[in-house]
Amino acid sequence: MNKITDELLRLVSDFKGSFKGAFNIREDGQCAGRQSTKNIRIESKTDAPGLVIRIQPGTKGESVYIPACVTHGDLDDLVYNDFYVGQDADVVIVAGCGVHTDDDAEARHNGIHRFFLEPGAHVVYKEKHIGTGSGNGTKRIDPVTDAVLSENSYLEMDTVQIRGVDSTFRRTTAKLAAGARLLVRERIMTDGDEIAKTDFEVTLEGEGSGVDLISRSVAQGNSFQEFRSSIKGQNRCTGHSECDAILVDHGTVNAIPALEASHVDAELIHEAAIGKIAGEQIMKLRTLGLTEEEAEEKIISGFLK
Amino acid sequence: MLKLEHLAWNLPDGGEIIRDIDLTLQSGKLVVVTGPNGGGKTTLAKLIAGIETPSSGRILLEGQDITQMDLTQRARLGVAYAFQQPVRFKGLTVRDLLELAAGEALSEPALCALLTRVGLCAEEYINREMSAALSGGEIKRIEIATVLARKAKLSIFDEPEAGIDLWSFARLVETFEELRSQRSGLLLIISHQERILSIADEIVVITNGRVSAAGSREEILPSLLAEEKTDYCPRGKEVFCNE
Repeated sequence: MNKITDELLRLVSDFKGSFKGAFNIREDGQCAGRQSTKNIRIESKTDAPGLVIRIQPGTKGESVYIPACVTHGDLDDLVYNDFYVGQDADVVIVAGCGVHTDDDAEARHNGIHRFFLEPGAHVVYKEKHIGTGSGNGTKRIDPVTDAVLSENSYLEMDTVQIRGVDSTFRRTTAKLAAGARLLVRERIMTDGDEIAKTDFEVTLEGEGSGVDLISRSVAQGNSFQEFRSSIKGQNRCTGHSECDAILVDHGTVNAIPALEASHVDAELIHEAAIGKIAGEQIMKLRTLGLTEEEAEEKIISGFLK
Repeated sequence: MLKLEHLAWNLPDGGEIIRDIDLTLQSGKLVVVTGPNGGGKTTLAKLIAGIETPSSGRILLEGQDITQMDLTQRARLGVAYAFQQPVRFKGLTVRDLLELAAGEALSEPALCALLTRVGLCAEEYINREMSAALSGGEIKRIEIATVLARKAKLSIFDEPEAGIDLWSFARLVETFEELRSQRSGLLLIISHQERILSIADEIVVITNGRVSAAGSREEILPSLLAEEKTDYCPRGKEVFCNE
């Protein structure tokens, strides 16, 4: 594992020199370390680059780390990871991706994750993205997530784009069976000429299923963000999406929500708010002794926390 | 000591909102500024805090001319301000705001003590977001707590009673009395409430942008209450009502 990977891992996956439990470190398209546990098996795919992660039914309190790092330009890393989470398992999955380039060539990571949650499974999925390096090469991360949630399962996705990613397109689809719940908390910071697009499509197939999509973003400089969400209610269900965005400088944010109800008891809601930092917020923090710049920084960091 | 010398503030169109106010207020006192709606009370408070800049005149805090200081500089010098209509923050918690106000990390007992003083069951609130999840009355009480956390030389409260239920208001009045008894700074409260007027050391009445009366509670309050009967339409316990 090279030094850049070590630094990126610390930024995106709480790496402190080692991981406790199951893990696989992907560095520049290769495996830089792997460990399975009794309950969590990590194996290479045989038909494509990537992993198959199998979590035994009833596994409780364990974590699995699957970070990926691209440490130089002229690399387009494509990986397919499949997660099979057994019945009533309760685990944390920490992904995270860093792309770094010090030259003019593009560095890209494209992770395609599929989740299959058995009945009653409970998963917290954490994902941080960051771009670093002094090169002019584009730093791209284009994750795709497909989730299938069986009866009464629960998936919580906590995704953060910290900084430095020139271009990202995040696509997430999910299908929920009866009683299944999906919670997505997305936070994205863009600056300069960066572009970030997210596209959620959630189908609530089962009775009593529910989804909460919560997106908070800050677009600074000349950056551009687009939030698309589509929630389809096909049964008695609840769906809620919320897009809050702060514009700084000349940033642009488009929010394009869609709700599609085909059942009389489908309760679907969308909220969106886009605007600059309220002057009253800055004023309040200044009465506490912060400068205008410190107040803006505090408001943004809190908003994306 | 807070001293205002010939303080004035005009609207861009020349309309006079604050007119030639001269006042000297001593530290350790609880001073209530009252008067009819639209008389200039909140504008005066904002001029003192640095939210607005006077058109003319001077503001001196403990002998130091702070007229040209901006909001941040005055805050750092020891001026604290509780807004009449507090703002919400998505992402910042009650703890975040109180710690910013205090200028240091606060222990849970310290946070609880601050919140209890404004009538909130503290533990329930510490980690809650300052967003629409909190009611207007809860946000208002937390706003007041941020000023308590500042331990300022000059604490300004703009209509602290607005939006607060009777039980919390009673607790708040006790808190103001406690602060006054500590004699650690000047408390400047803008209020119409008789219960707050009745604990004042001094009362300043602002009418049409001018000081129409100023003096000790004993001197001013009886005449205010007499005016209430003759000149104003009382609602509940308000001394003045909406015109």
